[in-house]
Amino acid sequence: MMSVETEIRFKLNGREVCLKVPATMKTLAMLRERLDLTGTKYACGEGECGACTIEVDGRTINSCLMYAIDCDGRELVTIEGLRTPQGLHPVQQAFVDHGAVQCGFCMPGMIVQARYLIENNPGLTREEAQRGLEGNLCRCTGYTKVLDAVQAVAGKAGCGGHG
Amino acid sequence: MQPKASDSPAVKTTLIGQRVKKPDAPDKATGKTRYINDMVLPQMLIGKVLFAGRPHARIVRIDTTAAARLPGVHAVLTGADAAGLKFGFVRDNVALKDKVRCEHDEVAAVAAETEEIAGRALALIEVEYEDLPGVFTPEAGARNDAPQIHDSFPGNKSLHFEFRHGDLAAAEAASDLIVDNVFRPHHVTHCCMGTSCAIADFDHNGKLTIWTQTQYPYNYKMDLAPALGIGPGDIRVIQPPVGGAFGSKLDVYPYEPIAALLAKRTGRPVKVLYTREEEFRAAPTRQAAIIHMRTGCTRDGVLTFRSADVLLDNGAYTSWGPTIPVIMMRTTSGHYRVPVVDFQAQAIYTNNPYAGSFRGYGNVQTTWATAQQMDMLAEQVDMDPLEFHLKNAQVSGETTPQKSFLRECALVECLQTAADASDYSRKRREYAALRAAPGRYKKGIGLASSIHNAGGAKIHKSDGIGTILKVDDYARVTVITGASEIGQGIDAVITLIVAEELGVPVEHVTIVNNDSDIAPWDVGVHASRTTFIAGNGTRRAACKAKAQILAGAEKLLGEPAAGLALRGGAVVREHDGTEIIKLDRLLRQMHFQAEPELVMVTDYYEPRSEPEGARHVSDHSAAYSHAVHVAEITVDTLTGEIKVDKVTVAQDVGRVINRLGLEGQVEGGLAIGLGYALSEDMRLERGRLKNACFRDYKLITAPEMPPIDMHFIESRCAEGPYGAKGISELPTIVIAPAVANALHNATGVRIFDPPMSPEKVARAIHDQRQQAGAAAPAAQREGATA
Repeated sequence: MMSVETEIRFKLNGREVCLKVPATMKTLAMLRERLDLTGTKYACGEGECGACTIEVDGRTINSCLMYAIDCDGRELVTIEGLRTPQGLHPVQQAFVDHGAVQCGFCMPGMIVQARYLIENNPGLTREEAQRGLEGNLCRCTGYTKVLDAVQAVAGKAGCGGHG
Repeated sequence: MQPKASDSPAVKTTLIGQRVKKPDAPDKATGKTRYINDMVLPQMLIGKVLFAGRPHARIVRIDTTAAARLPGVHAVLTGADAAGLKFGFVRDNVALKDKVRCEHDEVAAVAAETEEIAGRALALIEVEYEDLPGVFTPEAGARNDAPQIHDSFPGNKSLHFEFRHGDLAAAEAASDLIVDNVFRPHHVTHCCMGTSCAIADFDHNGKLTIWTQTQYPYNYKMDLAPALGIGPGDIRVIQPPVGGAFGSKLDVYPYEPIAALLAKRTGRPVKVLYTREEEFRAAPTRQAAIIHMRTGCTRDGVLTFRSADVLLDNGAYTSWGPTIPVIMMRTTSGHYRVPVVDFQAQAIYTNNPYAGSFRGYGNVQTTWATAQQMDMLAEQVDMDPLEFHLKNAQVSGETTPQKSFLRECALVECLQTAADASDYSRKRREYAALRAAPGRYKKGIGLASSIHNAGGAKIHKSDGIGTILKVDDYARVTVITGASEIGQGIDAVITLIVAEELGVPVEHVTIVNNDSDIAPWDVGVHASRTTFIAGNGTRRAACKAKAQILAGAEKLLGEPAAGLALRGGAVVREHDGTEIIKLDRLLRQMHFQAEPELVMVTDYYEPRSEPEGARHVSDHSAAYSHAVHVAEITVDTLTGEIKVDKVTVAQDVGRVINRLGLEGQVEGGLAIGLGYALSEDMRLERGRLKNACFRDYKLITAPEMPPIDMHFIESRCAEGPYGAKGISELPTIVIAPAVANALHNATGVRIFDPPMSPEKVARAIHDQRQQAGAAAPAAQREGATA
């Protein structure tokens, strides 16, 4: 009773990818199970927690809600794509430096979202960061150090790095 | 860059109190870390569980024939496969049930090649149930004619606790004022972002390896073994990185033996991983209770007695939830001078989900009641609550009626610091005066305090830890420790302490703490104990290594060890910092000499605390700590919504070890406490959970998190590492009643059953106005129709 598989091509973290996916498969499952990119996390599967946040064509989405076949022709960036040749992306480094990582399970989604917010609003305020991260749940940190990290990067000119 | 104990050998600086980063943070921030949820083993099968979905029923017939025939299915197990394999605190649980006692009872399990096949197999299992009348409140369960949930527990009676100290009748007679309320702390759940997961695999010698999220790996073996009918010695526990725990992994829950039973049957590794909905339904909860509390005082504000009659909703099985009175009976009177205490608690089995331990263990419920009654009494004797608290606060050297000896007690400092920093007394007077004034939005300020064990809790015969420490030829240090890392940051604390003692960079310290075949005994991450216990163990081991290294220097270089120190990666003269030799060079010389030696030491640390004994009355912790929270809120009197504007925290931490981790624990603990106070609520209707998703079960989100003004009081605990105390539970414990007291300050209403949801607050304000019998001021009526 396996569903029909469809071939899709897309750009993932800067590289071309071609694979066959079932019509029912979600992008989150494709990343984790087909491409072994386990940085993107499952935590609710219904778009309520943000742990599976990735970037698609420059906008962040919950990858648990997006069908894998809809990735065809698009450009995806996951947490694994943020690292630069020099090392951690400035947002990742800021999260480390400011103690924003405890168990860390929600952090890949949180960091992808934080980077998106900063790139689209380099001088964002703490309140804007709070609003922008509202869809990313964290049970460990109380968000305070996450917001400290975002503000530290937002305060600097340009956040650099790819994605 | 990480801070260093000393940048140059000549300068002695300390790492204690600095901000050290978590060593695992870079891999977590880049998605490189493989959590247990991410793990895949060769030949691994996926296990899935069939839940009953009804609260109380007899299983008339179960037919797994069709499921077992489905291609890709390797095993189907039912209650018959776990018969007699009882486990749990009172041996009332089995991995797979022959009778249904709660909605999430596990009636069958499947191991299949994929999750999809496993799911289809579950749908093919036919179960015929005969529903039984249920029990959904402890009051109902205690009735004589209540349906019986367990044959072996007549009257649905589970655990009973009591503690009596002094003459209650005389104390009541001597009281000028008595407050008497019933508090109903509710069901909430941990909501770990990483859902529950276990992977089990048997080798052909019959030894089980289990990859688990457990936070107590050594007693875990003892607790898991009876569920499988094997010996604890035949279990190896591996702890991969986990997505949170918060107390939820302090016991064995059925999915773990289910994974192991499936692995045994199939001869292959089996992984069970919950979906979020399964997590909401089947993971443990915080213990719900009905607390009838009375507190008395004299006209001039001196406490006379406190009594608490507690009924606990045991749920269907007994995990760590119904044992919370062990802590409740202490914290009922623990930090104010209460000469007479009368406590009793009875847990009653119901057909509700059952509770485990949850950060703040029992004290969240107690402090919800005690801190509100302190506020009420202060108002009744017309005192500023701060003054009332100060008048009754315990001080260093006192022993509580429950035999907790307060060696270093900083409650008074905590009270004064939090009140001064928030300008509590002035604001409280002003806000109270504005209560009746027109206007939809009301401001309020509330103060609450509590005590918690801060030097472990000797609930087992041992509260100790084993540590093995080695230093290699390159001056790299490995610490093999029983202390588990569940995100709380003991890794940073251990690297900090080793760096402090051995003068090496924190980056040169590796921790091995995730394999029970390698690391030595520890009780686990609970009771705010790990920095205290593992910190002491690490420090003692590092000091032994230091002594060996300095003795080696004396022997090889002729410098008396007594005058030497380790700083900046070198052996230096203590008094002026002159470098004698690089540490790695010395270590190689020690290793490659005629009488070769390696630096490798062991330590077993057992804190000076007393086992609890049968009545749970003893000096059970090596330290106790206090915290005071002041919450400032704005209440929308129309919608009932509470916005927390600011929280001021003053906590006795003994001494700050890793400031970065400490702040993070306070902030995170407070967020869990705020969720408890304001929004989190498991909506149970006749034993069925109605809101098993994040859409309907509301965690605190980033915009709701208030600014926190944190003050750490350093009481320098004599037994603690460098003077530190355990810290991580108090932030969760104290905040909810601080908000409740602020709500009263703002509006005059009190909520006894958390959460203080908009519906409840709005209704309470409405009822209060009705009772006052006065028409609401015109301005508020306008607001209500706007």
